[in-house]
Amino acid sequence: MRGPGKRAGVALWGAILGEGRGCAVRKLPSEPPSSEITPEPLYRRRELLKNGVLTAGTAVVVGSGLLSLVGAAPRDAPEEQPLVHAAVPTARGPYDTDEPPTSYQSVTTYNNFYEFGLDKGDPAKKAHTLQTRPWTVSVEGEVAQPRVIDVDTLLQWFTPEERVYRMRCVEAWSMVIPWLGFPLAELIKRLEPTGNAKFVELVTLLDPKQMPGQRSSALEWPYVEGLRMDEAMHPLTLLAVGLYGTVLPNQNGAPLRLVVPWKYGFKGVKSIVTIRFTETQPKTTWALAAPREYGFYANVNPSVNHPRWSQATERRIGELGRRPTLPFNGYAEEVESLYAGLDLRQNF
Amino acid sequence: MTAFDDAVPARPRAPARRPAPRQAAPLPWLKPGVFIGALAPLASIALRASRDELGANPIAQVENELGLTALILLVASLACTPARRLLGWTWPTRVRRELGLFAFFYASLHVFTYLVPDQGLDWGVIVEDVTRRPFITVGFLAFVLLVPLAFTSTAASIRRLGYRRWNRLHQLAYLAAVLAVVHFIWRVKIDVSQPLIYASVLGALLLVRVAVWARQRSARREERRPGASGPATSR
Repeated sequence: MRGPGKRAGVALWGAILGEGRGCAVRKLPSEPPSSEITPEPLYRRRELLKNGVLTAGTAVVVGSGLLSLVGAAPRDAPEEQPLVHAAVPTARGPYDTDEPPTSYQSVTTYNNFYEFGLDKGDPAKKAHTLQTRPWTVSVEGEVAQPRVIDVDTLLQWFTPEERVYRMRCVEAWSMVIPWLGFPLAELIKRLEPTGNAKFVELVTLLDPKQMPGQRSSALEWPYVEGLRMDEAMHPLTLLAVGLYGTVLPNQNGAPLRLVVPWKYGFKGVKSIVTIRFTETQPKTTWALAAPREYGFYANVNPSVNHPRWSQATERRIGELGRRPTLPFNGYAEEVESLYAGLDLRQNF
Repeated sequence: MTAFDDAVPARPRAPARRPAPRQAAPLPWLKPGVFIGALAPLASIALRASRDELGANPIAQVENELGLTALILLVASLACTPARRLLGWTWPTRVRRELGLFAFFYASLHVFTYLVPDQGLDWGVIVEDVTRRPFITVGFLAFVLLVPLAFTSTAASIRRLGYRRWNRLHQLAYLAAVLAVVHFIWRVKIDVSQPLIYASVLGALLLVRVAVWARQRSARREERRPGASGPATSR
């Protein structure tokens, strides 16, 4: 009852005031002289210009805000990685794949090396802080003679050979990489582990000054990986010191890293400073971080489901389509016998 | 009040006070500016693709950027009403539908990239992903929720559905954003700091809504109480 009556009253007042507005109620401000009034075409042009500028300004603010939040600014493009000694892969050994190697650019700019940041482009940009000489490796645990060995001594002991291996990341991408290195087995034989040595544990350098990513608590540092003794002694297992015929770039784990081609890439511990022989299974970094997702064995296995990535297929870097993933990353013939009697679904 | 509702016809509570006929739409530069700016992430992808600068795994890169852009725009669209309530800004409401539709546009491109270039339309793998990988399940659900919102974003839809029903429907935008953030958190391998930023922004926006809603409810209860004096504070 109150509502309509009030509204009608307002309308009435509006009608009255609307007619006589200005004359009776308020005094109009004095009009500017006609010389000061902007001519209509000029006014229109000014309006147009003003709106154009404001539109462009809004677009720049919105666009640059989005680009910086998404991290899509062009500065993120990886630098060209110069390959110093382009070495054509030579005589194929019995373990080499004849698949075309992934480009040097991709191998050296697409890296998971959290010690230098979580983005795959970070290691190539930031790993220059790593000092790879002098570099020593401490040999510890169940071994005849614990000692510290200079990495250059290792290079005198063993002549690096080229191995063209497939590398399968647990994130369902893969590469083909021509490594330079020597079999871990040769080093182990020389170090003479004791009869108690059932496992070998390999540890990355711990130094947040050189490896700024270690200041974050993304993972527990230092990075630890390990192998069963028979896995470590397998002729496929390599300690790499180079790739593409040249010295190992820092972002790929210089000066010394592990390569186990039938296992997911995270087993390949980088920038190794400790080799420890143990009687018990080492507590490895990713298995500690997410035990449901990453196991100690981490054999490439298309039939064991990962909660995040289907392991049935993979994308070879440089290709657009996916290809099926092979058991043991295509090295089943060589390594299957190591796991006879072991439930690989349980021991993933 | 939810996303996409800047097309709401004038409601009785806010009668047009000054029907300035000579004046064009206010802030005529706002919508075109936002439109061009919102295309920047797509333009950047196209530019870098043409220069081969998308890195070693371009499909994954594009997929991630499209998804993140969709999430940012969705959260931005949901910030418009709280901005008006808290800061008194009305201009964000003018671009809310635009932001919401761009969020849907980028989400569609994200899903398309996953389905076609990434999985090569391998329906076996896709069905397994959607049903067995929780992070993909929630992401897929978030996208599905956005579809009816995008298709009812017009003023005609508001008229057809009636404002109340339409408004209720568009509250799904919040659910979609929550699911999208969960999708992001579960996707990340180890460091969830970035998705948690989006989660906290979204949480803050939700809190504003809840606070406003609670205040309105108590005000309405006050109004209904017999003998209540004074005008209602809101509405």
